[in-house]
Amino acid sequence: MRQNDPGYQNPDNHTETDTGNSVQKDSRRRRSFLSRVHIRKIDLSSQQPGETEEPGDRRNTELVAVTYFFIALLLLLTVWIGYLEIFRRDDLNSNINNTKKAGTSGNVIRGSILTGDGTILASTSIDGDGNETRSYPYSNIFAHVIGYASNGSAGLEAGENYDLMSSHTSLLSQIQSKDDGKKVQGDNVIVTLNPSLQQTAYYALGSYKGAVVVMEPDSGKILAMVSKPDFDPNTISTQWESLVADASSGVLLNRATQGLYPPGSTFKMLTTLAYLREHPSDYNQFSWDCTGSLSQGDVTITCYHGEQHGQEDLTAAFRNSCNTAFADIGLNLKDNALHNVAEDFLFNSKLPTDIQSSQSVFKLTKNSSDGEKMTTAIGQGDTLVTPLHMAMVTSTIANGGIMMRPYLVDQIKSSEGDTVSKNDPSIYKKLMTPDEAQTITQFMEATVTSGTAQALSGAGYSVAGKTGSAEHDIDGGGTGTHSWFCGFSNVDDPDIAVAVIAEDAGTGSAVAVPIAKQIFDAYYGG
Amino acid sequence: MNLSTLFTILMKAAHYLILILMGAYTIAAYAAFRSRSREVRERLFLRQDWLLLGIHFLAYLTMYLKTLNTELLLFYAAQLIYFLFVLLLFRNLYPRISKGLLNNMCLLVMTGFVMITRLSYDESVRQFRFACIGTGIALIVPVIIRKLHLLTKMSWAYAFVGIGLLGLVMVASRSVNGAKLTLTVGGFAFQPSEFVKIIFVFAVAGLLAGEHSLKRIITATVLAAVHVGILVISTDLGSALIFFVTYLVMLFVATRNPFLVSIGVLAGAAAAVAAYFLFSHVRVRVQIWKDPFADYAGSGYQICQSLFSIAAGGWLGTGLYRGSPGAIPYVEEDFMFSAILEEMGGIFGICLILVCLAVFIMFVNIAMKLESRFYRLAAVGFGAIYATQVFLTIGGGTKLIPMTGVTLPLVSYGGSSLLSTLIMIAIVQGLYMLRSDEVREEYETERSRISEPGQPYRD
Repeated sequence: MRQNDPGYQNPDNHTETDTGNSVQKDSRRRRSFLSRVHIRKIDLSSQQPGETEEPGDRRNTELVAVTYFFIALLLLLTVWIGYLEIFRRDDLNSNINNTKKAGTSGNVIRGSILTGDGTILASTSIDGDGNETRSYPYSNIFAHVIGYASNGSAGLEAGENYDLMSSHTSLLSQIQSKDDGKKVQGDNVIVTLNPSLQQTAYYALGSYKGAVVVMEPDSGKILAMVSKPDFDPNTISTQWESLVADASSGVLLNRATQGLYPPGSTFKMLTTLAYLREHPSDYNQFSWDCTGSLSQGDVTITCYHGEQHGQEDLTAAFRNSCNTAFADIGLNLKDNALHNVAEDFLFNSKLPTDIQSSQSVFKLTKNSSDGEKMTTAIGQGDTLVTPLHMAMVTSTIANGGIMMRPYLVDQIKSSEGDTVSKNDPSIYKKLMTPDEAQTITQFMEATVTSGTAQALSGAGYSVAGKTGSAEHDIDGGGTGTHSWFCGFSNVDDPDIAVAVIAEDAGTGSAVAVPIAKQIFDAYYGG
Repeated sequence: MNLSTLFTILMKAAHYLILILMGAYTIAAYAAFRSRSREVRERLFLRQDWLLLGIHFLAYLTMYLKTLNTELLLFYAAQLIYFLFVLLLFRNLYPRISKGLLNNMCLLVMTGFVMITRLSYDESVRQFRFACIGTGIALIVPVIIRKLHLLTKMSWAYAFVGIGLLGLVMVASRSVNGAKLTLTVGGFAFQPSEFVKIIFVFAVAGLLAGEHSLKRIITATVLAAVHVGILVISTDLGSALIFFVTYLVMLFVATRNPFLVSIGVLAGAAAAVAAYFLFSHVRVRVQIWKDPFADYAGSGYQICQSLFSIAAGGWLGTGLYRGSPGAIPYVEEDFMFSAILEEMGGIFGICLILVCLAVFIMFVNIAMKLESRFYRLAAVGFGAIYATQVFLTIGGGTKLIPMTGVTLPLVSYGGSSLLSTLIMIAIVQGLYMLRSDEVREEYETERSRISEPGQPYRD
């Protein structure tokens, strides 16, 4: 046969060997199978009368181009699938909407949720008839953060559903359970929560509606997360109708992550940062004579209870939470200065965390009116923030300007105790310089030693903080005041950062500061 | 150890074995490309047959152990007979058929049978029936191709029939899932665009095979634009794209003019932008693609479920019946590949894409070997249709590109799609044998020349 004859060369085809890259000469150097295809064509082709291609006619280059084009497209598909499998798989598996595991839950017993010291927060028990019951030993105390796994699902029960319903027990024990006709034990989720701090925070908030978030500034670990009003996840199924019907109180809403509140004076931490950035060297020369009110156009800003703070530098204005001073700062900041700081600090964007949370809102732009500039600078206006977000802002200051990603899940372990996966602290971004963080920390310390948060001084640990009394309109008329406190303890090497909000409770000093004090006391008192 | 435990272990083992066999099959497909020795290639093709029958057996074994439905055993036996029939009959009827292409066709049909059986037994029976009908037609197609030279001379008839059918669908059909696709004749719904694809390729090949004067090119372009336009108006975006890409590829191969193709690509891009602003359904598709979770419960639901399926499967897959691909709406049609990724895994899926790629390469290989410009163009056109469709359906289901709602040829559920692809492959097989005819004639003359006494061998 011709094609097996190495010496064969079709005389009519001699020009085509050019396209074949001198095929016959160095046949051993040919590598891609495409070029082989090419060659075989030359070897096989017969020339028939009337169809002979003209000399110099590169017959197959266009076909090779088309082939490479589609090979590239289809190989792109394989690369994309590889990308999905490697980089997107975990995200998708733990997506809040993903109910895949619910469909295959027939052979896995839902894993437990535990704290690092082994305290069980949620577990599934099976009675003699094989009925499974999910129980929550702490009832209401961890209600929102742990969530529930029936009637839809929420909290960690929803977010970690995939892991709880996956099993990484050894193949041997899986076969063993199968043999005994038993289900396989799902993996356990170990959370960062500290049960004693959580309880303290829960009881400290008392009967107020509101939220408490406690986190480690240098790691992002959430140590406590309380939201009220609360519910008992053990009886969620039986109480579901009434919980859902009572929409106005929003019992099921996790206020710590999804409640949007005006930040009140706690926002002055960020207004101060904007001012520092505009006056990096001369902020010490700031001077303001507070007369208890400041009017611009038809808007009048007054200090709380019309108090007159008199002559103040920046430290005093911060410490006293002086509204007129900060309203004046707001008026004089450059266009968009406050807007840029707010957006740097993740207002109007998703928080960098797996924890489901609402987006905080910041609306001030350079086109806003003077009234809006003044009210926004003191944390009123249209600004809304979640307690988790304020805890992150506070932690960033405590952590020398570096924001850590907050997280609740420390690790996933198989029921036999082997670590399946572990979350390590991870930096989101450096949002301010250490100097800026240091300066604001000093102002916050002054607030505790001689300002609105004096109740926290002299307790054997140092605290830096900021109070807030956020006024808001109440449905049906009138205004109420939310009580805020944001701060961190052991100022030189911060241990924990706390954000507290008690709805309609009055001033920050009166309610939120004492709540925070109980948490700090518990942390240091042991 | 009790029986159900044993079954579980068996099913796990079968699953991993399937992955290994599939990998071996894919390697054999590409090794056959590389090999120049006919003997080696024959051996590889034979090995592929055993591998694909092995996968088929293990998959049905798994499904039987899971369901213990004896009907499945009968169904498996019927399919086994079908595959043996196809593999043996084609080879014996047409000894010079491309065996690699035949194997890949069987592998894809087999994968489809398995996944559709797992998703819906009734549909798989219907799919099997269509495969039998399609294969029956495919058996005589190569003969028609070889004997009927008239086929190459009927461009205008093809174009009018094609445009007429598509136009009829646009006007008369009922709307299905927002796209007008099907035509019901005597209670039998079929999707004309699947068949128009084939005659469209013939029409364009006929127009561009001869001298390509500007007039010819303009005529062909207008005809192609009418096809694409009707499909866009019928909101069958996937088919419109397939026709468009196929025409550009054929134009490029016919004229070898990259400039013309660049104009075509630019025109297509402009038309796509225009369509985005003109048609809300195009905008919706793009928005779903950008962020399917924004409207999770609504328009994004399908693609989100598809992504969840892919994530649930991972590289190795959950195993048959151990996933829940049924959560994806219309899974057995437009999202078949996601179901495969979930239960058979990413490795199997990538192997499947490589097999599809091998099919495409075979199409082009055959085109390269053909002398007749008409048949060359036709083979490339079919290759372009096939590869574009694979890219659109898999890319759409995995959110690489916006969804266009086309099927995975031979694998997805759907009579029209299966029939038309079987016929398309049969045509290409016919072309392959045409080329073999050419070679054989040449070989015969060669031999007669050698045997003539006194005539020296001159090459």
